[in-house]
Amino acid sequence: MTTYQGIFDKSTVRFLAVLIAIAAAVPLLNTLDSSNPLHVSTYTMTLMGKYLCYALLAVAVDLVWGYLGILSLGHAAFFALGGYAMGMYLMRQIGDRGVYGDPLLPDFMVFLNWQELPWFWNGFDQFWYAALMIVLVPGLLAFVFGWLAFRSRVTGVYLSIITQALTYALLLAFFRNEMGFGGNNGLTDFKDILGFDLQANATRVALYIASAVALGLSYIACRFVVTSRLGRVAMAIRDAESRTRFIGYKVENVKLFIFVMSAVLAGIAGALYVPQVGIINPSEFSPLNSIELVVWVALGGRATLYGAVVGAVAVNYAKTYLTAALPEVWLFTLGAMFVLVTLFLPKGVMGILQRKSPANSSGSDDDTPKPELPQDGVKA
Amino acid sequence: MRLIEEFQHREKVFDFMMPNTSPALDVSKGYLLYLEDISVSFDGFKAINNLNLYIKEGELRCIIGPNGAGKTTMMDIITGKTRPDSGSAWFGQKINLLEMSEPEIAQAGIGRKFQKPTVFEHQTVFANLELSMAGAKGVFTTLMARFSASQLDHIDHVLNQIGLKQQRNLLAGALSHGQKQWLEIGMLLMQNPKLLLVDEPVAGMTHQEMDRTGELLSSLAGEHTVILVEHDMDFVRSLANQVTVLHQGSVLAEGTMDQVQSDKKVVQVYLGE
Ligand SMILES: Nc1ncnc2c1ncn2[C@@H]1O[C@H](COP(=O)(O)OP(=O)(O)OP(=O)(O)O)[C@@H](O)[C@H]1O
Ligand SMILES: [Mg+2]
Repeated sequence: MTTYQGIFDKSTVRFLAVLIAIAAAVPLLNTLDSSNPLHVSTYTMTLMGKYLCYALLAVAVDLVWGYLGILSLGHAAFFALGGYAMGMYLMRQIGDRGVYGDPLLPDFMVFLNWQELPWFWNGFDQFWYAALMIVLVPGLLAFVFGWLAFRSRVTGVYLSIITQALTYALLLAFFRNEMGFGGNNGLTDFKDILGFDLQANATRVALYIASAVALGLSYIACRFVVTSRLGRVAMAIRDAESRTRFIGYKVENVKLFIFVMSAVLAGIAGALYVPQVGIINPSEFSPLNSIELVVWVALGGRATLYGAVVGAVAVNYAKTYLTAALPEVWLFTLGAMFVLVTLFLPKGVMGILQRKSPANSSGSDDDTPKPELPQDGVKA
Repeated sequence: MRLIEEFQHREKVFDFMMPNTSPALDVSKGYLLYLEDISVSFDGFKAINNLNLYIKEGELRCIIGPNGAGKTTMMDIITGKTRPDSGSAWFGQKINLLEMSEPEIAQAGIGRKFQKPTVFEHQTVFANLELSMAGAKGVFTTLMARFSASQLDHIDHVLNQIGLKQQRNLLAGALSHGQKQWLEIGMLLMQNPKLLLVDEPVAGMTHQEMDRTGELLSSLAGEHTVILVEHDMDFVRSLANQVTVLHQGSVLAEGTMDQVQSDKKVVQVYLGE
């Protein structure tokens, strides 16, 4: 007796198929001769790798916002922390090849006349340690933050505001040179990752594929959660929190679990992003970044996961195009998109597609109804 | 793909029994609920005034009374939401309700349906019942939860009881008002309560829905004990049961509907209006 459809419903299978196809095709097309019209340049491939990281970040936001109803306006902070952890590893990979040639200290520390490596930079010469920190640091911050916020039952707009304050506080902190993260300039001039030259084509291909794999696996992990009973409890919390508490669920713990999971995914996205763009600086903590994320998800459609991916890719494609062609209109476009989606497309772009073709909408499986989205606009 | 799905839905057969009621529940005297000399006042206003109420096990008791008589407040006291200033409240002979928290009381086997129905509108009828199921509710337990055969049976049984078998996979938000009320009663039944407190279930229902609700509540009595608060006289009469009239926070009369209706005091304060 099938009571619920599993992790791999039609939409998930379709999404994974497209992802695998793109992950395989782009590196292949990259090997073609550059005179071939089908050739995909390394630049484009890396740009797409960046989009894949954004897509993963959007999925993380959708998990907490779409399914749990927590409108986090600070998710860029987890992304940036993951990015910094990776950046610290990449800095230490430079070794004595920096401008100042110090075997231990990164250039910016030498420049600041520091004599020794701050304690929290220890271990980052090891990839496994950096990988651990990529997961641990955003996860731990989300845990402490969530533990305090959810236990004191901060919800709605207030929660959104303090997540925004969190990322702003980190922005200010990371700007300071004394913090030991390169201040204003952040971390850059990376050379190698795991001993491979970051500028080499093969490394670029590997990073691109790693981003696709991370997105695919994270997507499956999120599907596992949202199709489990815990996922249904999360949606119950989203729609009627006190009722859920009354039934006997520990709402705080459910929120904490999903919030931490989401932060970890955001951290992984940040870590894959940094070697592809070659820099991480405090502007990644900018409150505007977090708001932009929410626009991606709102635009794509909440509580579907794939909607978040579509939104992230679409908005960033538009951004890449517009900031090059008409740089001054980008912010207005972003604002306009948010307002329009909130007013007219509460279910996002995926919502229209679903309405237009109910037959092939999200995994219509024999007797199982489609997941329904909340009707209200931006639920804070 | 099928294989993976099958694996996911494979029912684990561990027949843990759901914790119905507290083992401490002792109804050897035949009575399930004792409220004695209960008084509550809000800012000097006596909402409940020396209330005495005894409910037999398996009974369906209707409580009527004018607005503000204290009916909802009485339920608040039984469920631990409001603490009385004086008096005692016992669940069976051994469980002192006044010493317990709201969740503890719910755990001990007292379920309550509120005046305003709250179901999870964006989830199916089935999921609503699933979420209300008695049992472990920790994060990792729910993450890994699989249905046991007995749990599925229980859900099916409740779907039959509340007459929503056809609507099993419908979103709760798509149900009619009456059906939502039944679903909420079903959500209560999933927790296997010994005592059910039902506050004005038929408000806003059509006549057919009222009849169905009457049948449902009557069928629950026996296996469960039901306390029903209701304004609709015809509905209460149709259930033909013990009726308690509450007035200004205390019991004015008790008996069958006919007895109560011919009671002079009752006619005066309530029915006569
Ligand atoms: N928390 C409270 N604070 C102050 N007064 C209250 C509170 N709860 C109830 N009351 C008052 O106590 C009285 C009894 O209220 P209660 O809700 O129990 O009446 P009821 O019999 O359920 O009425 P109805 O038929 O309208 O539902 C009312 O006068 C109400 O205003
Ligand atoms: Mg009332």
